[in-house]
Amino acid sequence: MPAVTPKLLLRIVLLGLGVVLLQVAAVSQIVIFGASADLTPLVVAGVGLLCGSLSGAVFGFGVGLFFDAALLQTMGLTSFVFILVGYGAGRLRELRDPQAVAVPMIVGALATAISTFGYGLMSFMLGNDTPVSFLLLRVILATIILNAIISLPVFALVRRWLGPVLPEDPRRRRRRRAYTTGGLSPLTRA
Amino acid sequence: MYDKTVRRRRAVLGLLVVSSLILLTAYFREPAGGALHNVQRGILEVVSPIQEGASRALKPVRDLFGWVGDTVSAKGDLKNARTDRDQWRTQAIHNQSAAAENAKLRGLLELDKSPVDLSPYEPVTARVLVRSPTLWYARITISKGTSSGIRANMPVIATDGSGQDDRGLIGIVDSATGDAAVVRLVTDSSVAVPAKTADELATGVVKPSPGNPRDLIMDSVAKTDTVADNAVIVTQGTVSTRNDLPSLFPPDLPIGRVTRVTNAGTSEQLPHLRLFVDTRHVDYVQVLTKKVNDNR
Repeated sequence: MPAVTPKLLLRIVLLGLGVVLLQVAAVSQIVIFGASADLTPLVVAGVGLLCGSLSGAVFGFGVGLFFDAALLQTMGLTSFVFILVGYGAGRLRELRDPQAVAVPMIVGALATAISTFGYGLMSFMLGNDTPVSFLLLRVILATIILNAIISLPVFALVRRWLGPVLPEDPRRRRRRRAYTTGGLSPLTRA
Repeated sequence: MYDKTVRRRRAVLGLLVVSSLILLTAYFREPAGGALHNVQRGILEVVSPIQEGASRALKPVRDLFGWVGDTVSAKGDLKNARTDRDQWRTQAIHNQSAAAENAKLRGLLELDKSPVDLSPYEPVTARVLVRSPTLWYARITISKGTSSGIRANMPVIATDGSGQDDRGLIGIVDSATGDAAVVRLVTDSSVAVPAKTADELATGVVKPSPGNPRDLIMDSVAKTDTVADNAVIVTQGTVSTRNDLPSLFPPDLPIGRVTRVTNAGTSEQLPHLRLFVDTRHVDYVQVLTKKVNDNR
């Protein structure tokens, strides 16, 4: 886990506030193919991928709390779901550190699926009358596809916003040096 | 060091999860005026102006996406509307076809009863399968044959469903197989029908006009016979008292109506007539399969 510097913390907080406001004020009101995109799980997963599991979970908790407060929803519900999203994305980075181009899309789709289904399941368990219908499933599916499509630019923006203040990751630095200087491949370590 | 990191990570994760659950529980347990609800309202009060400002600032973007969405949706609606239109059009065509078919079948039913009751002749109803595509339109193929009792030289009647004067004799069976038969229409030059006016003031033989098969004439009308315009022409039936010379057609089957008479009152007078049935618009026919009293 990279050390969280004050600059990084500031940027993460601003990112959380901004994404919730953007989501509530604009993105949620734009309907494409009968569904709206949901930036929040994408950004939470993006922070998890860049900063690690602990930072991802804390960021997810904070964003979820702010989201619930801003929308007068059940406090703690979205936080709980986003903790899983942020932590999961962070653990993926810590264990595998995937570098493929399609990683943001896959992670974005998974994060959206976990957040939408998780939120629905939690609401159902808490006794809220969540309407379960084929229409709802269709909307959820459309949201997942939509989020998967926009995940690449969203992840790129998150990386661009946090990148300058992210501390250098020793593991990546080691790998980059090995490739560029003709050193041993990471595979040989095994 | 590694263990410490793992323990710390797990502790923070557990703390966050427990915090969420405590928040959930507390939120559910407290009344509407509780602390968490007040915090929520306070945050909303702070955030709502920002939300409003952001909402206004981003309205053009929303409108742009809304326009794109509406356009896509409208295209989908248009496609659906076109599909609906095509379905209704097909339905309307089916209904029109059914109504026309109904009129023709009703005509056939009425034809069985007027002007004479044809049920003793045991009419067999058949569908027209093939129409001769030529100008003369001299033959049709029907859907029943010898298996239904149809034989050569049986008279065939029909209606075209056009309203009044839409039913009558149209031809005679030329040949028949098991499940089909060919009908020679009265417009064929080889067909001649002994006929009379309905008022029985004149007799003759109805056949196509030479060189113009769509114009029928009533040949061999005596000089003393009187044929008026618009007179109804019907079949004559058997006239001879001999049993070996029966007519092929029962008496009083309607054929057509006189349109004009050339050389009227002379030995060469020639009534022209129009068939009651437009043979190009016949879908069903009836074949009279039985002779009654040798068609007298």
